[in-house]
Amino acid sequence: MVEWTDKERAAISDIFSKLDYDEVGQKCLSRCLIVYPWTQRYFGAFGNLYNAEAIMNNPLIAKHGTTVLRGLERALNNMDDIKNTYAELSVLHSEKLHVDPDNFKLLSDCLTIVIAAKMGTTFTPEYQASFQKFLSVVVSALGKQYH
Amino acid sequence: MQTCAVRPSRHSTFTHSTSATGYNMLTKHEKELIAKIWDKMIPVASDIGAECLLRMMTTFPGTKTYFAHLDIRPGSPHLRSHGKKIVLAIAECSKDISSMMVTLAPLQTLHAYKLRIDPCNFKLLCHCILVTLAAHMGDEFDPVAHAAMDKYLSAFAAVLAEKYR
Repeated sequence: MVEWTDKERAAISDIFSKLDYDEVGQKCLSRCLIVYPWTQRYFGAFGNLYNAEAIMNNPLIAKHGTTVLRGLERALNNMDDIKNTYAELSVLHSEKLHVDPDNFKLLSDCLTIVIAAKMGTTFTPEYQASFQKFLSVVVSALGKQYH
Repeated sequence: MQTCAVRPSRHSTFTHSTSATGYNMLTKHEKELIAKIWDKMIPVASDIGAECLLRMMTTFPGTKTYFAHLDIRPGSPHLRSHGKKIVLAIAECSKDISSMMVTLAPLQTLHAYKLRIDPCNFKLLCHCILVTLAAHMGDEFDPVAHAAMDKYLSAFAAVLAEKYR
């Protein structure tokens, strides 16, 4: 089981409390598709992803970004058992969506950077470390049911 | 917590064979954007460099093993002077990205034969550089700037590792 210090829990909660899921979700997912264009392979049905501007204005991408953030909120609310909380999501990503689990890390890096841009230097090194620990547990849980 | 995998990352855009031409992946506009961003960092190189290093060592504690000979507490003069060296090297190289192989030759030798930092760590520092830039530039560090900068730093890291073996 993952051990969380009080400081880590506080940092992660504080970060989430500052997030507008619609705004951050859209920014994070669109950034991932722009910075790592091969991730667009999973979004063939999402319409126009032709260039950065199209991606940033795509309403289906924005909506999906919100879905991703809501999924992360579930992990936040179950920090002591993220693995089991995400069991079904892991099966979904593996068996239905066929997402290469390496891509989870790319999206989590983009989310970290979007949050850094939003919070500025209040996103301290300690906050970054706590948040990235949270994201690495999430990423690991999402990859757990792959076989 | 991120550790260096034994296998090379499947998401390294640059391998030994392509790093020599890695900078060709940047458009003229991207090169100008990168040079402009780093130019702004030169006057605050110590601050920015120290922050990048501190973020890396806090988020990825394994990287501290390379700094056993320095005082790496927040605000330490060692951290600031070492951070400054790194930022200035990256900034200098960004002024003429096409000449990267020549500009970085001495640093290649240093890293390969003297420092021998496992190259998987370059990615960790590059990520923390991106986070630092985002924290200081806010919305100005938009996806296009992020993509360009990620490509540049990946190329820089790949060139740095060229002489390892």
